[in-house]
Amino acid sequence: MTWEIALLLVQDGISTGAIYVLVALGIVLIFLVTRVIFVPFGDVVGYAALTLAALQLGQMPGTVWLVLTLAAIATVMEVVSLARQGDAHRIPRALLFYAVLPILPAAVVYFASMHALPMWLATLLTVAVVLPISPLLYRIAFRPLADASVLVLLIVAVAVHFAMSGLALLYFGPEGFRTEPMTRAFFDLGALTISGQSILIVVSSALFSFLLYLVFERTLIGKALRATAVNRVGARLVGILPSTTGATAFLIASLLAAISGILIGPIATLYYDSGFLIGLKAFVGAIIGGLVSYPATAVGAILVGIFESFASFWDSALKEVIVFSSLIPILVWQSFTSHTGVEEEIEEDESEGQA
Amino acid sequence: MSTLLAVEDLHVAYGKVEAVSGVSLEMQTGQIVTVIGPNGAGKTTMLAAIMGLLPSTGTVRYDGADMRRFGTEERVRRGICLVPESRELFTEMTVADNLILGAYTHWTNRKSLDAELDQVYARFPRLAERRTQLAGTLSGGERQMLALGRALMAKPRLLLLDEPSLGLAPLIVREIFRIVMSLRELGVSILLVEQNARAALETADYGYVLETGSIVHSGPASGLIHDPKVIASYLGGKVE
Ligand SMILES: Nc1ncnc2c1ncn2[C@@H]1O[C@H](COP(=O)(O)OP(=O)(O)OP(=O)(O)O)[C@@H](O)[C@H]1O
Ligand SMILES: [Mg+2]
Repeated sequence: MTWEIALLLVQDGISTGAIYVLVALGIVLIFLVTRVIFVPFGDVVGYAALTLAALQLGQMPGTVWLVLTLAAIATVMEVVSLARQGDAHRIPRALLFYAVLPILPAAVVYFASMHALPMWLATLLTVAVVLPISPLLYRIAFRPLADASVLVLLIVAVAVHFAMSGLALLYFGPEGFRTEPMTRAFFDLGALTISGQSILIVVSSALFSFLLYLVFERTLIGKALRATAVNRVGARLVGILPSTTGATAFLIASLLAAISGILIGPIATLYYDSGFLIGLKAFVGAIIGGLVSYPATAVGAILVGIFESFASFWDSALKEVIVFSSLIPILVWQSFTSHTGVEEEIEEDESEGQA
Repeated sequence: MSTLLAVEDLHVAYGKVEAVSGVSLEMQTGQIVTVIGPNGAGKTTMLAAIMGLLPSTGTVRYDGADMRRFGTEERVRRGICLVPESRELFTEMTVADNLILGAYTHWTNRKSLDAELDQVYARFPRLAERRTQLAGTLSGGERQMLALGRALMAKPRLLLLDEPSLGLAPLIVREIFRIVMSLRELGVSILLVEQNARAALETADYGYVLETGSIVHSGPASGLIHDPKVIASYLGGKVE
């Protein structure tokens, strides 16, 4: 391997890694706030990329039907539970959040998809229609199980993943898609040629990570999210509703998923089930970071990206095998040196169960 | 004076074991009421049930409204606030963030928040010095002050205090009781659970004695403090 190739691979790895950073941040955020290991996160990323691809091809993305279905189920669940509790006065608000707000972007996308759309509009519509997916999944599948153990939540998450990827096959078919790059610019830096797309990816990833940091540090809802992650009982004692922080975490994560999908679309051919692998690799990054700290997560995700890029150079057929088997020594090493967040949570659950 | 809190026939069980069995108590607006009793009597459990943290049967009426339908968060919103025995601070966040989160339910703008923060800092100068320190690194006494400060940020009308003097040096214990007294002047009613029975009865207007999940004595605090049975079990045997 020459230096040029190595540099190219590193560059490639950093841009994929930068996308894994966003995905991993979303996964960690959801886990810390709700204890859900959100396996379908990668599927949401896949939906975002495929939605944009469909819009660019002038087709109606199946995401519209997904959002409408989820919104219908969530609305029925919410209205029934409010009516049962005798909180009928809160039904209009529930209708706004679970019916109107998700259906609005779905309807716009439905009608807009008949026309040729400029790139920025297609991108914006993709974000708008993907945004409601995760919060709706939270309302339907996870909020009713708020007190369940990490393991039960994980099993539900796996089930939701299979449902999501099955529906993706139905909506998008078995073919692969690649979206148009947002920029075709190239920059020559001596021996190195850097594509505008990879700069765009790294800059967006850094930007959104920084915005996330600002939300956590500066806003009350960000502090409430952190408080929920640090101490659930404490959070309830100051009046923070777990379902509010849960829904917020899923909403922010959905935004991260949409952005990741839009960024990865032009550099990889995505199929209905590709999202899962993206999610899994980001999850590996998050595990390397211990599932507890955001900066460590970002470093882990970039490492996975670089490693994957070298692995695919050595043997592209065995790329996934190499990436995931490399995890084993890392996990073994970690289990000797530190406790990860997951283990602690599971131990907590066990001690609660025994009590 | 009006009834602020009325608990009737409260039962709380952990699995099949009942920890609180048929407790009834009442407190008036502006009162300090204390519940004393031996370890494991069910005091902490009772407070958790009043707060809606544990499922219970029986009625809890606060400010004339039945609390059964409301979750913990709604009770906080209505002005009940618990400083739990286990403190439940946000250990990985700063002192200032812990206090700010105390005001979560009525946060309006930064300016009024800063004013409220200053009031708490004036009451607990130690916290002011340590506003950027992580809550998890505070000493036991400072944690207790932070837990109280965080509760005050919620502007409670009814404050439930679970062993506020637990593990504190005598000087700080006196300070804490002084603060409890001064809160009454602000119009906060206080339900005080204490091991330190003498100090609690000296502070309170009315007292209840809880033993294995049931109320065994009750009466004006000044009476209980001279009650031979209470003295024998909780005040160290000597009639003064
Ligand atoms: N999570 C739990 N599961 C099972 N039993 C519990 C649980 N929490 C408390 N108990 C039991 O309920 C009883 C009452 O406990 P509680 O903590 O309310 O007592 P307490 O009066 O606050 O005691 P202390 O003065 O020691 O704080 C005890 O026998 C305790 O062992
Ligand atoms: Mg106790």
